Amino acid sequence: MTGSDVTRVARPSGVQRAAAERTRRTIRRRRGVNVVMIGVTYAAALVATLPLVFILAHLIAKGASSIDLNFFTQMPKPIGEVGGGMLNGIIGTLILIAIATGFGLPIGIGAGLYLAENRGTTLATAVRFLSDVLNGLPSIVMGIFAWQFLVRPMGHFSALAGGIALGAMMIPLVTRATEEMIRTVPTSLREAALALGYPRWRTSLVVVLRTALPGIITAALVAVARIAGETAPLLFTALGNAFWSISLNAPIAALPLQIFTYAISPYDSQHALAWAGALVLIGIVFVISLAARFATRSRFGRGGD
Amino acid sequence: MSSALPPVSQRAPGSAAVVTERSRAPSPALTADARATSPTARVRLKTDHLSAAFGDAKAVRDVSIAFRDREVTAIIGPSGCGKSTLLRCLNRMHETVPTAHVEGSVTLDDQDVYARGVNPIEVRRHVGMVFQRPTPFPTMSIRDNVAAGLQILGRAKPSSKETDEIVEDALRRSALWDEVRDRLRDSAVALSGGQQQRLCIARALATRPAVLLLDEPTASLDPLSTQKVEELVYELRRDMTVVIVTHNMQQAARVSDRTAFMLSGELVELADTNSLFTTPGDPRTEAYITGRFG
Repeated sequence: MTGSDVTRVARPSGVQRAAAERTRRTIRRRRGVNVVMIGVTYAAALVATLPLVFILAHLIAKGASSIDLNFFTQMPKPIGEVGGGMLNGIIGTLILIAIATGFGLPIGIGAGLYLAENRGTTLATAVRFLSDVLNGLPSIVMGIFAWQFLVRPMGHFSALAGGIALGAMMIPLVTRATEEMIRTVPTSLREAALALGYPRWRTSLVVVLRTALPGIITAALVAVARIAGETAPLLFTALGNAFWSISLNAPIAALPLQIFTYAISPYDSQHALAWAGALVLIGIVFVISLAARFATRSRFGRGGD
Repeated sequence: MSSALPPVSQRAPGSAAVVTERSRAPSPALTADARATSPTARVRLKTDHLSAAFGDAKAVRDVSIAFRDREVTAIIGPSGCGKSTLLRCLNRMHETVPTAHVEGSVTLDDQDVYARGVNPIEVRRHVGMVFQRPTPFPTMSIRDNVAAGLQILGRAKPSSKETDEIVEDALRRSALWDEVRDRLRDSAVALSGGQQQRLCIARALATRPAVLLLDEPTASLDPLSTQKVEELVYELRRDMTVVIVTHNMQQAARVSDRTAFMLSGELVELADTNSLFTTPGDPRTEAYITGRFG
Protein backbone atom coordinates (compact mmCIF):
# COMPACT_ATOMS: atom_id res chain seq x y z
CA MET A 1 0.00 0.00 0.00
CA THR A 2 1.41 3.39 -0.95
CA GLY A 3 1.50 6.47 1.21
CA SER A 4 -1.18 8.24 -0.78
CA ASP A 5 -3.51 5.28 -0.25
CA VAL A 6 -3.07 5.54 3.46
CA THR A 7 -3.90 9.24 3.56
CA ARG A 8 -6.93 8.71 1.38
CA VAL A 9 -8.22 5.88 3.51
CA ALA A 10 -7.23 7.39 6.84
CA ARG A 11 -8.88 10.81 6.32
CA PRO A 12 -12.00 10.45 8.47
CA SER A 13 -15.22 12.40 8.23
CA GLY A 14 -16.53 14.45 11.16
CA VAL A 15 -19.03 11.71 12.06
CA GLN A 16 -16.31 9.09 12.08
CA ARG A 17 -14.11 11.30 14.24
CA ALA A 18 -16.89 11.72 16.77
CA ALA A 19 -17.52 7.95 16.83
CA ALA A 20 -13.82 7.26 17.31
CA GLU A 21 -13.71 9.76 20.15
CA ARG A 22 -16.68 8.03 21.80
CA THR A 23 -14.98 4.66 21.48
CA ARG A 24 -11.80 6.07 23.00
CA ARG A 25 -13.74 7.49 25.89
CA THR A 26 -15.56 4.20 26.47
CA ILE A 27 -12.30 2.29 26.49
CA ARG A 28 -10.75 4.81 28.87
CA ARG A 29 -13.71 4.50 31.20
CA ARG A 30 -13.60 0.70 31.11
CA ARG A 31 -9.90 0.73 31.85
CA GLY A 32 -10.56 3.01 34.80
CA VAL A 33 -13.33 0.78 36.16
CA ASN A 34 -11.11 -2.26 35.66
CA VAL A 35 -8.27 -0.73 37.68
CA VAL A 36 -10.64 0.33 40.47
CA MET A 37 -12.31 -3.09 40.69
CA ILE A 38 -8.99 -4.93 40.73
CA GLY A 39 -7.89 -2.55 43.47
CA VAL A 40 -11.04 -3.30 45.47
CA THR A 41 -10.58 -7.08 45.23
CA TYR A 42 -6.93 -6.73 46.22
CA ALA A 43 -7.94 -4.68 49.21
CA ALA A 44 -10.61 -7.23 50.17
CA ALA A 45 -8.09 -10.06 49.92
CA LEU A 46 -5.69 -8.07 52.07
CA VAL A 47 -8.32 -7.26 54.70
CA ALA A 48 -9.34 -10.94 54.79
CA THR A 49 -5.85 -11.98 55.86
CA LEU A 50 -5.28 -8.96 58.07
CA PRO A 51 -6.89 -10.33 61.28
CA LEU A 52 -4.68 -13.42 61.24
CA VAL A 53 -1.57 -11.38 60.52
CA PHE A 54 -2.50 -8.93 63.24
CA ILE A 55 -3.24 -11.65 65.79
CA LEU A 56 -0.05 -13.52 64.97
CA ALA A 57 2.06 -10.37 65.17
CA HIS A 58 0.51 -9.44 68.50
CA LEU A 59 0.96 -12.94 69.92
CA ILE A 60 4.55 -13.07 68.80
CA ALA A 61 5.24 -9.62 70.25
CA LYS A 62 3.65 -10.48 73.60
CA GLY A 63 4.36 -14.18 73.91
CA ALA A 64 7.47 -15.07 71.96
CA SER A 65 9.76 -13.77 74.69
CA SER A 66 8.26 -16.27 77.18
CA ILE A 67 8.72 -19.23 74.86
CA ASP A 68 11.90 -21.12 75.47
CA LEU A 69 12.76 -24.75 75.95
CA ASN A 70 11.46 -24.59 79.53
CA PHE A 71 8.02 -23.68 78.28
CA PHE A 72 7.77 -27.05 76.56
CA THR A 73 9.60 -29.15 79.13
CA GLN A 74 8.57 -27.79 82.51
CA MET A 75 5.44 -27.87 84.58
CA PRO A 76 3.78 -24.63 85.70
CA LYS A 77 5.45 -23.07 88.76
CA PRO A 78 3.33 -22.21 91.80
CA ILE A 79 2.06 -18.65 91.97
CA GLY A 80 4.81 -16.25 92.98
CA GLU A 81 7.61 -18.21 91.40
CA VAL A 82 8.87 -16.96 88.07
CA GLY A 83 9.39 -19.26 85.11
CA GLY A 84 7.94 -22.66 84.50
CA GLY A 85 6.25 -24.01 81.40
CA MET A 86 3.04 -25.54 80.17
CA LEU A 87 4.17 -29.09 79.49
CA ASN A 88 1.00 -30.53 81.00
CA GLY A 89 -1.23 -28.16 79.04
CA ILE A 90 0.46 -28.93 75.73
CA ILE A 91 0.32 -32.69 76.25
CA GLY A 92 -3.22 -32.41 77.60
CA THR A 93 -4.41 -30.52 74.56
CA LEU A 94 -2.78 -33.06 72.25
CA ILE A 95 -4.48 -35.90 74.14
CA LEU A 96 -7.84 -34.13 74.02
CA ILE A 97 -7.47 -33.52 70.28
CA ALA A 98 -6.59 -37.18 69.79
CA ILE A 99 -9.65 -38.38 71.73
CA ALA A 100 -11.93 -35.91 69.94
CA THR A 101 -10.60 -36.86 66.51
CA GLY A 102 -10.77 -40.56 67.27
CA PHE A 103 -14.37 -40.16 68.36
CA GLY A 104 -15.66 -37.49 65.98
CA LEU A 105 -13.88 -38.24 62.71
CA PRO A 106 -15.04 -41.83 62.04
CA ILE A 107 -18.61 -41.03 63.06
CA GLY A 108 -18.61 -37.84 61.00
CA ILE A 109 -17.17 -39.49 57.89
CA GLY A 110 -19.51 -42.46 58.25
CA ALA A 111 -22.54 -40.22 58.64
CA GLY A 112 -21.42 -38.07 55.70
CA LEU A 113 -21.00 -41.17 53.55
CA TYR A 114 -24.49 -42.28 54.53
CA LEU A 115 -25.99 -38.88 53.71
CA ALA A 116 -24.28 -38.77 50.32
CA GLU A 117 -25.21 -42.32 49.34
CA ASN A 118 -28.80 -42.18 50.57
CA ARG A 119 -29.59 -38.62 49.61
CA GLY A 120 -33.37 -38.62 49.44
CA THR A 121 -34.39 -40.88 52.31
CA THR A 122 -36.35 -39.53 55.26
CA LEU A 123 -33.62 -40.56 57.66
CA ALA A 124 -30.99 -38.72 55.61
CA THR A 125 -33.07 -35.55 55.56
CA ALA A 126 -33.58 -35.77 59.31
CA VAL A 127 -29.91 -36.46 60.00
CA ARG A 128 -28.86 -33.59 57.76
CA PHE A 129 -31.19 -31.18 59.55
CA LEU A 130 -30.19 -32.32 63.04
CA SER A 131 -26.56 -32.15 62.06
CA ASP A 132 -27.00 -28.51 61.09
CA VAL A 133 -28.72 -27.82 64.40
CA LEU A 134 -25.91 -29.56 66.28
CA ASN A 135 -23.43 -27.44 64.36
CA GLY A 136 -25.09 -24.31 65.64
CA LEU A 137 -25.20 -25.53 69.23
CA PRO A 138 -23.26 -23.20 71.55
CA SER A 139 -20.17 -24.97 72.82
CA ILE A 140 -21.04 -24.22 76.44
CA VAL A 141 -24.23 -26.24 75.97
CA MET A 142 -22.16 -29.11 74.68
CA GLY A 143 -20.04 -28.83 77.83
CA ILE A 144 -23.06 -28.93 80.10
CA PHE A 145 -24.47 -31.84 78.17
CA ALA A 146 -21.22 -33.80 78.49
CA TRP A 147 -21.13 -33.00 82.18
CA GLN A 148 -24.68 -34.32 82.64
CA PHE A 149 -24.17 -37.54 80.71
CA LEU A 150 -20.49 -38.34 81.20
CA VAL A 151 -19.07 -36.55 84.20
CA ARG A 152 -21.99 -37.16 86.55
CA PRO A 153 -22.37 -40.89 85.84
CA MET A 154 -18.58 -41.31 86.10
CA GLY A 155 -18.54 -39.32 89.29
CA HIS A 156 -15.56 -37.15 88.39
CA PHE A 157 -14.11 -34.88 85.72
CA SER A 158 -11.97 -36.60 83.13
CA ALA A 159 -9.98 -36.22 79.94
CA LEU A 160 -12.29 -38.71 78.31
CA ALA A 161 -15.35 -36.56 78.96
CA GLY A 162 -13.56 -33.51 77.59
CA GLY A 163 -12.40 -35.34 74.49
CA ILE A 164 -15.84 -36.69 73.78
CA ALA A 165 -17.43 -33.25 74.25
CA LEU A 166 -14.95 -31.86 71.70
CA GLY A 167 -15.48 -34.85 69.42
CA ALA A 168 -19.23 -34.29 69.46
CA MET A 169 -18.57 -30.77 68.25
CA MET A 170 -16.52 -32.16 65.36
CA ILE A 171 -19.19 -34.56 64.17
CA PRO A 172 -21.53 -32.13 62.38
CA LEU A 173 -18.65 -30.26 60.78
CA VAL A 174 -17.11 -33.44 59.41
CA THR A 175 -20.47 -34.94 58.45
CA ARG A 176 -21.61 -32.08 56.26
CA ALA A 177 -18.17 -31.53 54.73
CA THR A 178 -17.84 -35.24 53.91
CA GLU A 179 -21.26 -35.24 52.29
CA GLU A 180 -20.39 -32.21 50.17
CA MET A 181 -17.05 -33.67 49.11
CA ILE A 182 -18.54 -37.04 48.20
CA ARG A 183 -21.19 -35.31 46.13
CA THR A 184 -18.47 -33.81 43.98
CA VAL A 185 -17.35 -37.31 42.98
CA PRO A 186 -19.05 -37.92 39.62
CA THR A 187 -21.66 -40.66 39.37
CA SER A 188 -19.81 -41.96 36.32
CA LEU A 189 -16.88 -42.93 38.53
CA ARG A 190 -19.16 -44.85 40.86
CA GLU A 191 -20.77 -46.61 37.89
CA ALA A 192 -17.38 -47.46 36.43
CA ALA A 193 -16.45 -49.24 39.65
CA LEU A 194 -19.79 -51.05 39.86
CA ALA A 195 -19.46 -52.14 36.23
CA LEU A 196 -16.07 -53.65 37.06
CA GLY A 197 -17.79 -55.87 39.56
CA TYR A 198 -17.05 -53.83 42.68
CA PRO A 199 -19.56 -54.43 45.46
CA ARG A 200 -21.33 -51.28 46.57
CA TRP A 201 -19.48 -50.95 49.88
CA ARG A 202 -16.16 -51.33 48.14
CA THR A 203 -17.12 -48.76 45.53
CA SER A 204 -17.96 -46.30 48.30
CA LEU A 205 -14.78 -47.00 50.20
CA VAL A 206 -12.12 -47.54 47.54
CA VAL A 207 -13.33 -45.27 44.77
CA VAL A 208 -15.69 -42.65 46.14
CA LEU A 209 -14.18 -42.01 49.55
CA ARG A 210 -10.62 -42.13 48.28
CA THR A 211 -11.39 -39.67 45.51
CA ALA A 212 -13.04 -37.31 47.99
CA LEU A 213 -10.36 -37.83 50.65
CA PRO A 214 -8.25 -34.66 50.18
CA GLY A 215 -11.36 -32.52 50.63
CA ILE A 216 -12.49 -34.51 53.64
CA ILE A 217 -9.04 -34.18 55.24
CA THR A 218 -9.15 -30.44 54.75
CA ALA A 219 -12.56 -30.32 56.39
CA ALA A 220 -11.37 -32.51 59.25
CA LEU A 221 -8.44 -30.13 59.79
CA VAL A 222 -10.75 -27.16 59.96
CA ALA A 223 -12.78 -29.09 62.54
CA VAL A 224 -9.66 -29.98 64.56
CA ALA A 225 -8.50 -26.38 64.45
CA ARG A 226 -11.87 -25.26 65.71
CA ILE A 227 -12.07 -27.64 68.65
CA ALA A 228 -8.40 -27.33 69.60
CA GLY A 229 -9.04 -23.87 70.99
CA GLU A 230 -12.45 -24.56 72.53
CA THR A 231 -12.57 -23.69 76.20
CA ALA A 232 -16.22 -23.81 77.16
CA PRO A 233 -16.85 -27.55 76.66
CA LEU A 234 -13.78 -28.33 78.76
CA LEU A 235 -14.82 -26.23 81.75
CA PHE A 236 -17.19 -28.90 83.06
CA THR A 237 -15.48 -31.95 81.62
CA ALA A 238 -11.67 -31.98 81.46
CA LEU A 239 -11.64 -29.27 84.13
CA GLY A 240 -7.93 -28.55 83.86
CA ASN A 241 -5.15 -29.78 86.07
CA ALA A 242 -2.26 -27.91 87.61
CA PHE A 243 -0.30 -31.14 87.90
CA TRP A 244 1.02 -33.78 85.59
CA SER A 245 -1.60 -36.24 84.45
CA ILE A 246 -2.07 -38.15 81.26
CA SER A 247 -4.75 -40.44 82.64
CA LEU A 248 -7.89 -40.44 80.52
CA ASN A 249 -9.89 -41.07 83.65
CA ALA A 250 -8.74 -37.99 85.56
CA PRO A 251 -8.97 -34.25 85.04
CA ILE A 252 -6.43 -33.12 82.49
CA ALA A 253 -4.77 -29.82 81.71
CA ALA A 254 -5.47 -28.11 78.42
CA LEU A 255 -3.89 -25.06 76.81
CA PRO A 256 -7.13 -23.09 76.39
CA LEU A 257 -8.05 -23.66 80.04
CA GLN A 258 -4.59 -22.69 81.19
CA ILE A 259 -4.59 -19.59 79.01
CA PHE A 260 -7.91 -18.67 80.56
CA THR A 261 -6.64 -19.22 84.10
CA TYR A 262 -3.44 -17.25 83.52
CA ALA A 263 -5.15 -14.44 81.63
CA ILE A 264 -7.49 -13.65 84.53
CA SER A 265 -4.73 -13.87 87.12
CA PRO A 266 -3.27 -10.60 88.45
CA TYR A 267 0.38 -11.49 87.74
CA ASP A 268 2.28 -10.11 84.77
CA SER A 269 4.46 -13.19 84.55
CA GLN A 270 1.34 -15.33 84.12
CA HIS A 271 -0.07 -12.92 81.55
CA ALA A 272 3.10 -13.42 79.52
CA LEU A 273 2.68 -17.20 79.82
CA ALA A 274 -0.93 -16.89 78.62
CA TRP A 275 0.27 -15.07 75.51
CA ALA A 276 2.90 -17.71 74.96
CA GLY A 277 0.30 -20.46 75.43
CA ALA A 278 -1.92 -18.86 72.79
CA LEU A 279 0.98 -18.75 70.38
CA VAL A 280 1.79 -22.41 71.02
CA LEU A 281 -1.89 -23.34 70.54
CA ILE A 282 -1.88 -21.72 67.11
CA GLY A 283 1.43 -23.44 66.40
CA ILE A 284 -0.07 -26.86 67.26
CA VAL A 285 -3.00 -26.31 64.89
CA PHE A 286 -0.59 -25.18 62.20
CA VAL A 287 1.66 -28.22 62.59
CA ILE A 288 -1.30 -30.63 62.56
CA SER A 289 -2.53 -29.02 59.33
CA LEU A 290 0.86 -29.26 57.70
CA ALA A 291 1.37 -32.85 58.77
CA ALA A 292 -2.01 -34.00 57.51
CA ARG A 293 -1.56 -32.19 54.20
CA PHE A 294 1.81 -33.81 53.79
CA ALA A 295 0.38 -37.23 54.62
CA THR A 296 -2.48 -36.95 52.12
CA ARG A 297 -0.71 -35.09 49.33
CA SER A 298 -1.44 -36.51 45.93
CA ARG A 299 0.83 -39.35 44.95
CA PHE A 300 1.05 -37.84 41.52
CA GLY A 301 1.92 -34.24 42.34
CA ARG A 302 0.01 -31.51 40.58
CA GLY A 303 -0.94 -33.58 37.57
CA GLY A 304 -2.91 -36.03 39.64
CA ASP A 305 -5.36 -33.67 41.25
CA MET B 1 -21.72 -67.58 36.43
CA SER B 2 -18.34 -68.90 37.40
CA SER B 3 -18.78 -71.69 34.89
CA ALA B 4 -18.51 -69.18 32.09
CA LEU B 5 -14.78 -68.70 32.35
CA PRO B 6 -11.85 -70.03 34.34
CA PRO B 7 -10.41 -67.64 36.93
CA VAL B 8 -8.36 -64.82 35.50
CA SER B 9 -5.10 -65.96 37.02
CA GLN B 10 -5.26 -69.35 35.35
CA ARG B 11 -5.70 -68.05 31.85
CA ALA B 12 -2.72 -67.52 29.62
CA PRO B 13 -1.98 -63.93 28.68
CA GLY B 14 -3.69 -63.08 25.40
CA SER B 15 -1.81 -63.05 22.14
CA ALA B 16 0.28 -59.97 21.64
CA ALA B 17 0.24 -60.87 17.94
CA VAL B 18 -3.23 -59.38 17.72
CA VAL B 19 -1.82 -55.96 18.44
CA THR B 20 1.14 -56.04 16.12
CA GLU B 21 -1.15 -57.25 13.40
CA ARG B 22 -3.54 -54.48 14.20
CA SER B 23 -0.98 -51.81 13.50
CA ARG B 24 -0.45 -53.20 10.02
CA ALA B 25 -4.12 -53.75 9.33
CA PRO B 26 -5.92 -51.15 7.24
CA SER B 27 -8.44 -49.04 9.08
CA PRO B 28 -11.60 -51.07 9.46
CA ALA B 29 -13.46 -50.56 6.24
CA LEU B 30 -16.35 -52.41 4.77
CA THR B 31 -14.20 -55.13 3.28
CA ALA B 32 -16.30 -58.16 2.65
CA ASP B 33 -13.72 -60.78 3.60
CA ALA B 34 -12.87 -59.09 6.87
CA ARG B 35 -16.42 -59.14 8.10
CA ALA B 36 -17.39 -62.51 6.79
CA THR B 37 -18.83 -64.26 9.78
CA SER B 38 -19.89 -67.79 10.16
CA PRO B 39 -23.67 -68.06 9.88
CA THR B 40 -23.56 -70.61 12.65
CA ALA B 41 -21.83 -68.22 15.08
CA ARG B 42 -22.66 -69.15 18.63
CA VAL B 43 -25.06 -66.97 20.56
CA ARG B 44 -23.30 -65.85 23.72
CA LEU B 45 -25.71 -63.36 25.17
CA LYS B 46 -29.39 -62.90 24.52
CA THR B 47 -32.42 -61.16 25.92
CA ASP B 48 -35.89 -62.62 25.99
CA HIS B 49 -38.92 -60.30 26.16
CA LEU B 50 -36.84 -57.82 28.10
CA SER B 51 -38.53 -54.68 29.37
CA ALA B 52 -36.91 -52.03 31.52
CA ALA B 53 -38.32 -48.94 33.16
CA PHE B 54 -37.48 -46.00 35.37
CA GLY B 55 -40.46 -45.81 37.69
CA ASP B 56 -43.46 -45.59 35.35
CA ALA B 57 -41.44 -44.56 32.32
CA LYS B 58 -40.74 -47.58 30.14
CA ALA B 59 -37.39 -47.30 28.41
CA VAL B 60 -37.13 -50.75 26.85
CA ARG B 61 -40.21 -52.63 25.61
CA ASP B 62 -40.25 -56.35 25.07
CA VAL B 63 -36.88 -56.67 23.36
CA SER B 64 -35.61 -60.09 22.31
CA ILE B 65 -32.19 -59.93 20.77
CA ALA B 66 -29.23 -62.30 20.50
CA PHE B 67 -25.59 -61.28 20.46
CA ARG B 68 -23.24 -63.73 18.81
CA ASP B 69 -19.78 -64.66 19.95
CA ARG B 70 -16.87 -63.08 18.08
CA GLU B 71 -19.07 -60.44 16.57
CA VAL B 72 -19.61 -56.75 17.09
CA THR B 73 -23.26 -55.89 17.36
CA ALA B 74 -24.10 -52.19 17.08
CA ILE B 75 -27.27 -50.73 18.54
CA ILE B 76 -28.37 -47.56 16.83
CA GLY B 77 -31.39 -45.33 17.23
CA PRO B 78 -32.36 -41.76 18.08
CA SER B 79 -31.70 -40.26 21.51
CA GLY B 80 -33.96 -41.69 24.18
CA CYS B 81 -34.83 -44.82 22.22
CA GLY B 82 -33.65 -47.01 25.09
CA LYS B 83 -30.45 -48.30 23.55
CA SER B 84 -28.28 -47.36 26.54
CA THR B 85 -30.85 -48.76 28.95
CA LEU B 86 -30.91 -52.01 27.01
CA LEU B 87 -27.13 -52.15 27.25
CA ARG B 88 -27.24 -51.47 30.98
CA CYS B 89 -29.70 -54.32 31.47
CA LEU B 90 -27.17 -56.75 30.02
CA ASN B 91 -24.75 -56.39 32.96
CA ARG B 92 -27.40 -55.52 35.52
CA MET B 93 -26.23 -51.92 35.80
CA HIS B 94 -29.75 -50.67 35.11
CA GLU B 95 -30.86 -51.69 38.58
CA THR B 96 -28.27 -49.44 40.26
CA VAL B 97 -30.53 -46.50 39.46
CA PRO B 98 -33.25 -45.95 42.08
CA THR B 99 -36.79 -46.80 40.88
CA ALA B 100 -35.40 -48.83 37.99
CA HIS B 101 -36.82 -52.25 37.30
CA VAL B 102 -36.51 -55.02 34.74
CA GLU B 103 -38.79 -57.73 33.37
CA GLY B 104 -37.95 -60.61 31.10
CA SER B 105 -34.63 -62.36 30.99
CA VAL B 106 -31.03 -61.94 29.90
CA THR B 107 -29.09 -65.12 29.24
CA LEU B 108 -25.31 -65.33 29.24
CA ASP B 109 -23.90 -68.70 28.20
CA ASP B 110 -27.22 -70.41 28.94
CA GLN B 111 -27.57 -68.88 32.37
CA ASP B 112 -30.23 -66.34 33.22
CA VAL B 113 -28.38 -63.44 34.81
CA TYR B 114 -31.61 -62.23 36.42
CA ALA B 115 -32.34 -65.62 37.98
CA ARG B 116 -32.82 -65.76 41.71
CA GLY B 117 -29.53 -66.22 43.51
CA VAL B 118 -27.37 -64.75 40.75
CA ASN B 119 -25.12 -62.07 42.16
CA PRO B 120 -25.08 -58.97 39.92
CA ILE B 121 -21.45 -58.40 40.93
CA GLU B 122 -20.55 -61.78 39.47
CA VAL B 123 -22.42 -60.90 36.25
CA ARG B 124 -20.51 -57.63 35.89
CA ARG B 125 -17.19 -59.41 36.20
CA HIS B 126 -18.03 -61.39 33.08
CA VAL B 127 -19.68 -58.56 31.18
CA GLY B 128 -17.33 -55.57 30.99
CA MET B 129 -18.57 -52.07 30.29
CA VAL B 130 -17.09 -48.85 28.93
CA PHE B 131 -18.95 -45.58 29.26
CA GLN B 132 -19.54 -42.50 27.20
CA ARG B 133 -16.97 -40.44 29.07
CA PRO B 134 -13.63 -41.85 30.14
CA THR B 135 -13.77 -42.76 33.82
CA PRO B 136 -10.24 -43.42 35.04
CA PHE B 137 -10.02 -43.59 38.83
CA PRO B 138 -8.21 -40.36 39.70
CA THR B 139 -6.53 -41.71 42.82
CA MET B 140 -4.92 -44.62 41.01
CA SER B 141 -1.92 -44.91 38.73
CA ILE B 142 -2.24 -46.15 35.16
CA ARG B 143 -1.23 -49.64 36.25
CA ASP B 144 -3.60 -49.68 39.23
CA ASN B 145 -6.45 -48.48 37.04
CA VAL B 146 -6.03 -51.40 34.68
CA ALA B 147 -5.63 -53.77 37.62
CA ALA B 148 -8.63 -52.32 39.48
CA GLY B 149 -10.94 -55.13 38.45
CA LEU B 150 -8.43 -57.74 39.60
CA GLN B 151 -8.12 -56.33 43.11
CA ILE B 152 -11.57 -57.53 44.07
CA LEU B 153 -11.24 -61.14 43.04
CA GLY B 154 -10.65 -62.26 46.62
CA ARG B 155 -8.82 -65.56 46.71
CA ALA B 156 -8.47 -65.67 42.92
CA LYS B 157 -6.61 -62.36 43.00
CA PRO B 158 -3.44 -62.68 40.93
CA SER B 159 -0.02 -62.02 42.44
CA SER B 160 1.73 -58.74 41.84
CA LYS B 161 3.85 -60.27 39.08
CA GLU B 162 0.87 -61.90 37.42
CA THR B 163 -0.97 -58.60 37.70
CA ASP B 164 1.86 -56.85 35.88
CA GLU B 165 1.56 -59.38 33.07
CA ILE B 166 -2.21 -59.03 32.87
CA VAL B 167 -1.89 -55.24 32.88
CA GLU B 168 0.64 -55.33 30.05
CA ASP B 169 -1.53 -57.71 28.08
CA ALA B 170 -4.65 -55.59 28.57
CA LEU B 171 -2.79 -52.42 27.62
CA ARG B 172 -1.41 -54.11 24.50
CA ARG B 173 -4.86 -55.28 23.55
CA SER B 174 -6.20 -51.77 23.94
CA ALA B 175 -3.27 -50.43 21.86
CA LEU B 176 -2.10 -48.20 24.69
CA TRP B 177 0.99 -50.09 25.86
CA ASP B 178 3.53 -48.27 23.70
CA GLU B 179 2.24 -44.90 24.87
CA VAL B 180 2.25 -45.62 28.61
CA ARG B 181 4.84 -48.37 29.16
CA ASP B 182 7.29 -45.89 30.68
CA ARG B 183 4.83 -44.23 33.01
CA LEU B 184 2.69 -46.99 34.45
CA ARG B 185 3.09 -45.48 37.93
CA ASP B 186 1.89 -42.03 36.82
CA SER B 187 -1.57 -40.67 37.32
CA ALA B 188 -4.18 -41.88 34.88
CA VAL B 189 -5.76 -38.44 34.81
CA ALA B 190 -2.70 -36.99 33.08
CA LEU B 191 -3.52 -39.01 29.95
CA SER B 192 -5.42 -37.44 27.05
CA GLY B 193 -9.13 -38.12 26.66
CA GLY B 194 -8.59 -40.72 23.96
CA GLN B 195 -5.89 -42.45 25.99
CA GLN B 196 -8.14 -42.40 29.05
CA GLN B 197 -10.89 -44.11 27.09
CA ARG B 198 -8.51 -46.79 25.83
CA LEU B 199 -7.32 -47.16 29.43
CA CYS B 200 -10.91 -47.79 30.47
CA ILE B 201 -11.18 -50.42 27.74
CA ALA B 202 -7.97 -52.01 29.03
CA ARG B 203 -9.42 -51.93 32.54
CA ALA B 204 -12.52 -53.73 31.29
CA LEU B 205 -10.40 -56.27 29.38
CA ALA B 206 -8.09 -57.07 32.30
CA THR B 207 -10.66 -59.29 33.98
CA ARG B 208 -11.11 -61.20 30.70
CA PRO B 209 -14.85 -60.69 30.35
CA ALA B 210 -16.82 -62.80 27.91
CA VAL B 211 -18.73 -59.78 26.69
CA LEU B 212 -17.75 -56.12 26.35
CA LEU B 213 -20.43 -53.45 26.36
CA LEU B 214 -19.55 -50.04 24.97
CA ASP B 215 -21.96 -47.17 25.59
CA GLU B 216 -21.15 -44.53 22.99
CA PRO B 217 -17.44 -44.92 23.73
CA THR B 218 -16.32 -42.21 21.30
CA ALA B 219 -18.97 -39.59 22.03
CA SER B 220 -16.50 -37.37 23.89
CA LEU B 221 -13.44 -38.07 21.73
CA ASP B 222 -11.80 -36.24 18.83
CA PRO B 223 -11.79 -37.89 15.37
CA LEU B 224 -8.30 -39.34 15.70
CA SER B 225 -8.97 -40.92 19.09
CA THR B 226 -12.31 -42.11 17.75
CA GLN B 227 -10.55 -43.89 14.92
CA LYS B 228 -8.20 -45.61 17.36
CA VAL B 229 -11.05 -46.80 19.53
CA GLU B 230 -12.95 -48.02 16.48
CA GLU B 231 -9.94 -50.00 15.26
CA LEU B 232 -9.67 -51.44 18.72
CA VAL B 233 -13.32 -52.47 18.86
CA TYR B 234 -12.91 -54.06 15.47
CA GLU B 235 -10.01 -56.14 16.79
CA LEU B 236 -11.69 -57.15 20.01
CA ARG B 237 -14.29 -59.20 18.15
CA ARG B 238 -11.61 -61.79 17.48
CA ASP B 239 -12.07 -63.30 20.90
CA MET B 240 -15.15 -61.86 22.51
CA THR B 241 -18.70 -60.67 22.12
CA VAL B 242 -18.91 -56.91 21.67
CA VAL B 243 -22.03 -54.77 21.90
CA ILE B 244 -21.65 -51.12 21.02
CA VAL B 245 -24.28 -48.43 21.41
CA THR B 246 -23.78 -45.49 19.10
CA HIS B 247 -25.84 -42.76 17.54
CA ASN B 248 -23.25 -42.43 14.83
CA MET B 249 -24.46 -44.59 11.95
CA GLN B 250 -21.15 -44.37 10.12
CA GLN B 251 -19.49 -45.76 13.20
CA ALA B 252 -21.96 -48.63 13.35
CA ALA B 253 -21.26 -49.34 9.68
CA ARG B 254 -17.51 -49.24 10.24
CA VAL B 255 -17.16 -51.44 13.29
CA SER B 256 -20.07 -53.83 13.49
CA ASP B 257 -20.99 -57.17 11.98
CA ARG B 258 -24.64 -56.83 12.80
CA THR B 259 -26.70 -53.78 13.63
CA ALA B 260 -29.86 -53.42 15.66
CA PHE B 261 -32.15 -50.45 15.20
CA MET B 262 -34.22 -49.33 18.17
CA LEU B 263 -37.06 -46.85 18.32
CA SER B 264 -39.17 -45.81 21.33
CA GLY B 265 -37.81 -48.66 23.40
CA GLU B 266 -38.62 -51.31 20.81
CA LEU B 267 -36.26 -53.33 18.70
CA VAL B 268 -37.29 -52.53 15.15
CA GLU B 269 -34.79 -54.57 13.24
CA LEU B 270 -31.64 -56.63 13.66
CA ALA B 271 -29.69 -57.54 10.55
CA ASP B 272 -26.23 -57.86 9.07
CA THR B 273 -24.76 -54.38 9.09
CA ASN B 274 -24.33 -54.41 5.32
CA SER B 275 -27.89 -55.33 4.57
CA LEU B 276 -29.38 -53.09 7.26
CA PHE B 277 -27.75 -50.04 5.79
CA THR B 278 -28.30 -50.98 2.15
CA THR B 279 -31.62 -52.79 2.19
CA PRO B 280 -33.39 -52.10 5.47
CA GLY B 281 -36.31 -54.39 6.07
CA ASP B 282 -38.49 -51.95 7.96
CA PRO B 283 -39.69 -48.58 6.64
CA ARG B 284 -38.86 -46.97 10.01
CA THR B 285 -35.26 -48.15 9.74
CA GLU B 286 -35.07 -46.79 6.25
CA ALA B 287 -36.50 -43.45 7.38
CA TYR B 288 -33.91 -43.23 10.16
CA ILE B 289 -30.83 -44.20 8.19
CA THR B 290 -31.76 -41.92 5.32
CA GLY B 291 -31.98 -39.07 7.81
CA ARG B 292 -35.69 -38.40 7.73
CA PHE B 293 -35.74 -38.20 11.55
CA GLY B 294 -33.55 -38.68 14.60
